[in-house]
Amino acid sequence: MSVDQSTVRRIAHLARIAVREEEVPHLQRELNAMLAFVEDLNAVDVSGVEPMTSVIPMQMEWRADAITDHAGTAAVVGNAPVSEDGFFVVPKVIE
Amino acid sequence: MSELTHLTLADARDALRAKKISAVELTRAHIEAVEKARHLNAFVCETPDKALAMANASDARIAKGEAGALEGLPLGVKDLYATEGVHTQACSHILDGFKPAYESTVTSHLWRDGAVMLGKLNMDEFAMGSANETSYYGPVASPWLPTGADVGAARAALMTKDKIGLLTPGGSSGGSASAVAAHLCLAATASDTGGSIRQPAAFTGTVGIKPTYGRCSRWGMVAFASSLDQAGPIARTTLDCAIMLRSMAGHDAKDATSVDAPVPDYEAAVGRSVKGLKIGIPKEYRIEGMPAEIEALWLKGVDCLRNAGAEIVDISLPHTRYALPAYYIVAPAEASSNLARYDGVRYGLRVPGRDISDMYEQTRRAGFGAEVRRRVMIGTYVLSAGYYDAYYVRAQKIRTLIRQDFETAYANGVDAILTPATPSPAFGIGEKGSSDPVEMYLNDVFTVTVNMAGLPGIALPAGVSREGLPLGLQLIGRPFGEETLFSLANVIEQSAGRASLPLAWW
Repeated sequence: MSVDQSTVRRIAHLARIAVREEEVPHLQRELNAMLAFVEDLNAVDVSGVEPMTSVIPMQMEWRADAITDHAGTAAVVGNAPVSEDGFFVVPKVIE
Repeated sequence: MSELTHLTLADARDALRAKKISAVELTRAHIEAVEKARHLNAFVCETPDKALAMANASDARIAKGEAGALEGLPLGVKDLYATEGVHTQACSHILDGFKPAYESTVTSHLWRDGAVMLGKLNMDEFAMGSANETSYYGPVASPWLPTGADVGAARAALMTKDKIGLLTPGGSSGGSASAVAAHLCLAATASDTGGSIRQPAAFTGTVGIKPTYGRCSRWGMVAFASSLDQAGPIARTTLDCAIMLRSMAGHDAKDATSVDAPVPDYEAAVGRSVKGLKIGIPKEYRIEGMPAEIEALWLKGVDCLRNAGAEIVDISLPHTRYALPAYYIVAPAEASSNLARYDGVRYGLRVPGRDISDMYEQTRRAGFGAEVRRRVMIGTYVLSAGYYDAYYVRAQKIRTLIRQDFETAYANGVDAILTPATPSPAFGIGEKGSSDPVEMYLNDVFTVTVNMAGLPGIALPAGVSREGLPLGLQLIGRPFGEETLFSLANVIEQSAGRASLPLAWW
């Protein structure tokens, strides 16, 4: 399988990464090189094989549904590029 | 050269306990070494004041007879471990200015045991790379000089930003490996998703272990591919790695994938006899075009373990060749999901846009480097509607087959598997992967199977190339078989001798 240029633009948008028009052919080449590299996998017979979900078999643990640590609002928003009154500030999303 | 920076971690620990040296003088010697080596670019953030404060506290505890397991030992920390109030960016521009309000579990274990933090170490951006060239902070130089290099020319190359003409320490833990090999710290934390501890260790003549998945908590480590990422140390000897891992490992309620099993005394395993252990030699690792010197190194390792009383058996791991392509589906897929959090809202960089969607797109375009953007896009593609089964589910099925290969070998009585660590010695900075990203990916051909199967693997120096550069062997263990790996690695280390690390030319 390989990707065309409109697919490259679509993937970039899905990944929320802006791409310049002049980068598209180069990205297409690179993505297709990676897809060609993984092509080999089609040669493997995977019928009846379970996909791996956990690399080391382990039982998930139950825990109490309780607050265990909370550094406080100031710490939570402390690294935000823009915050106000303990809230993250984003561009307007509702007109 | 300072004698204090040339101690092994174990010897420094013993000298501190015997009060032959103080933690403050040991730390000062390392701070000085770090300052003098700035142009290697191994450290992206130095914390000398913090280090001295920690060393003072260590001396006080030693005086009171309350020394911890790593008391007073100066270490470097890979930039992907969250360190409270200290630069933590996984060497990405998108985490610009990020200073965590919390400490990662692994580093908190080190400080609990009295270790001293010298600063944060360079790495490939989000650990995506094999030459430390994708770091926002620029490439790291290896302290190993290229063959026949003129020291004057090397020094001049060191002063340039791109460092062309010098050798890579490998990646992604390039800063960790370079700093340890250059005697800037006694040991360092590193992390390994496809070979990021073992390949740099092999390239720099140091020892690095990626423990079993779940042995160390991933809490507070910047996530790349969560089902593959694992913490581990790089140090100058097997014993030093064993001491480091004992502190780093352990159960953590904050990481549901960390294993609730006691941490063995790994140090006690160093020096233990390997007589009667069964060592598998997988024929699939004899890849086409493998240099004769790598083959010779491998045979030397076989002889060494046989002489120590181990039984050598040929084994087959038939799905080996599919591990790397399957990895390049699973890892980018998980990365595309993990890196979705970098949106310019909660931390790091924000680039304004026309609306919120454009702000996300502009921020991620400016904040991620080319390799990260490429992997996030591939990951997005293989998870997208219509391709999920063909790529992602198929790769996860192949992962099951890869693990079954190992399970079969272990069920037949094999205790550990011996392979080369890398297909070549260290190469020059900027030499690989510029036209085809896959060229760089092939570095991990021997290490990536271990992550795909969740197993422990250790890389250690076992010889030198024709040009005199370090070459590493890898031992792969059973799940939680780290003790066996330390015993076996020590036998090879005793026989091959430790790498003669370069003296400071920088």
